[in-house]
Amino acid sequence: MMIDALGSRVLCGFVKALTGARVRWLGCPPAATQRVYYANHTSHGDFALLWACLPPDLRSRTRPVAGADYWGEPGIKSYIANHLIRAVLIERGGGTRTENPIRPMIEAVESGDSLIVFPEGTRNMTDEPLLPFKSGIYHLARSCPQVDFVPVWIENSRRVMPKGRFVPIPLLCTLSVGAPLRIEPDEDKATFVERSRNALLSLMPALH
Amino acid sequence: MMTTPQETLAIFASIGAALVLASVVGFLLKKRGTPDQPHGAIDNLNARIRAWWVMVLVIGLAFVFGRAGVIVLFLFVSFFALREFMSLTYTRRGDHDALATSFFIVLPLQYWFVWIGWYGLYSIFIPVYAFLVLPILSALSGDTMRFLERAAKVQWGLMVCVFCISHVPALLTLNIPGFEGRNLLLIVFLVLVVQSSDVLQYIWGKLFGRHNIAPDVSPSKTLEGLIGGVASATAIGAALWWITPFSPWQSALIALAINVMGFLGGLVMSAIKRDRGVKDWGDMIEGHGGMLDRLDSVVFAAPVFFHIIRYWWT
Repeated sequence: MMIDALGSRVLCGFVKALTGARVRWLGCPPAATQRVYYANHTSHGDFALLWACLPPDLRSRTRPVAGADYWGEPGIKSYIANHLIRAVLIERGGGTRTENPIRPMIEAVESGDSLIVFPEGTRNMTDEPLLPFKSGIYHLARSCPQVDFVPVWIENSRRVMPKGRFVPIPLLCTLSVGAPLRIEPDEDKATFVERSRNALLSLMPALH
Repeated sequence: MMTTPQETLAIFASIGAALVLASVVGFLLKKRGTPDQPHGAIDNLNARIRAWWVMVLVIGLAFVFGRAGVIVLFLFVSFFALREFMSLTYTRRGDHDALATSFFIVLPLQYWFVWIGWYGLYSIFIPVYAFLVLPILSALSGDTMRFLERAAKVQWGLMVCVFCISHVPALLTLNIPGFEGRNLLLIVFLVLVVQSSDVLQYIWGKLFGRHNIAPDVSPSKTLEGLIGGVASATAIGAALWWITPFSPWQSALIALAINVMGFLGGLVMSAIKRDRGVKDWGDMIEGHGGMLDRLDSVVFAAPVFFHIIRYWWT
């Protein structure tokens, strides 16, 4: 436990020093209420970045959701995901999966934890700023209607470590946190998915 | 390098006294107003003064370690500046190798060449070799989208943040007859004159500024601030002739040259920021913005100052 806690601090320090990460809490303060942070996804490091940027008291109660296919591989990746970050690992890949991927997330929320999710479902490798959302965010919101969904735009992480490269570039990453939203009682899937996606897109800095 | 403790100490003591004075004025201004209410201009002034304390202490610490300390300090300054520059610059995945090379090979090598005093290489390494190799790396990635623009931006970042800034510690490599062992004072002169020009332009502009010089580029730059700031900083430069190999009038002319370069450098860097739609390069120095916001004038003044001395004094 001691070693995990120490490793966790070291990892946080490393991620923050590398990315010079700064967080702009635009839409809400960093309060310790139960939340689902949802963000754009362009790099394997995104979930560690967002997690590292939370204040320590929030960080200890917030669990990133990550793909078991990548982060579940035995070795350093699995150690980081399971012991240091306490990720919720889910199976991806449509037809082949055996378990409902939303189930472990709901269990984490029911035990009082906050989550970090990436509703695009995969890393965005295109020139588009944001891919269409998968329906997972709707099912999660429908199961936990009392939880705030907070959009977080992650800027620059794609450039720090793009796919297929191993040397990270120490560029500054900026995280913009937007206003919380909740699902309406009668809101249908398409409407909520679109509304949450637009809330995230509105945080994108006009730098491109 | 540290054979001139009296002069260096005298300078640092004067700067310390000026900062104490500034801190007292800032404190009184805050107290005279409404101490509990935030006041934009005064709070920003106090933040700037606090940051000055930190910057002076960091430079002082580097000086204690002499040449090695100064070179390591400016290596990190270049690193943070390059990081701010590249973060605001459009590049693509195909530039990854060029960027990695810039940060992890070109930057340390440039400072290594300064450390060993190899003028023939550090003066052409980035303008020639980095200029040729980096676009080759980007071209090999096969991504041609906005290629010239991307290659130009990487090169510009290196020129501004590494090449130009490295000319500050490069002053230590100059061999000036009769001035041996005192080259640290050249850095003191450059940084003190150019930075006081920035501060005095800010103060003159706040007090008397009426006519904008370049409203489209930098709305805070006024004619009154420019003339008052440059004139008074040039006077400071002339008054500092005793720490330099210059005569008083030479000292004034050189101070004028680097102040004008500093002002124009600030203008160029503002134009880039404006184009990118940001006010500051970063936020690592409280009240000032980023490293490049504080150094934009030094960037443009350092190579000119270096070559004036190298041409006429060595």
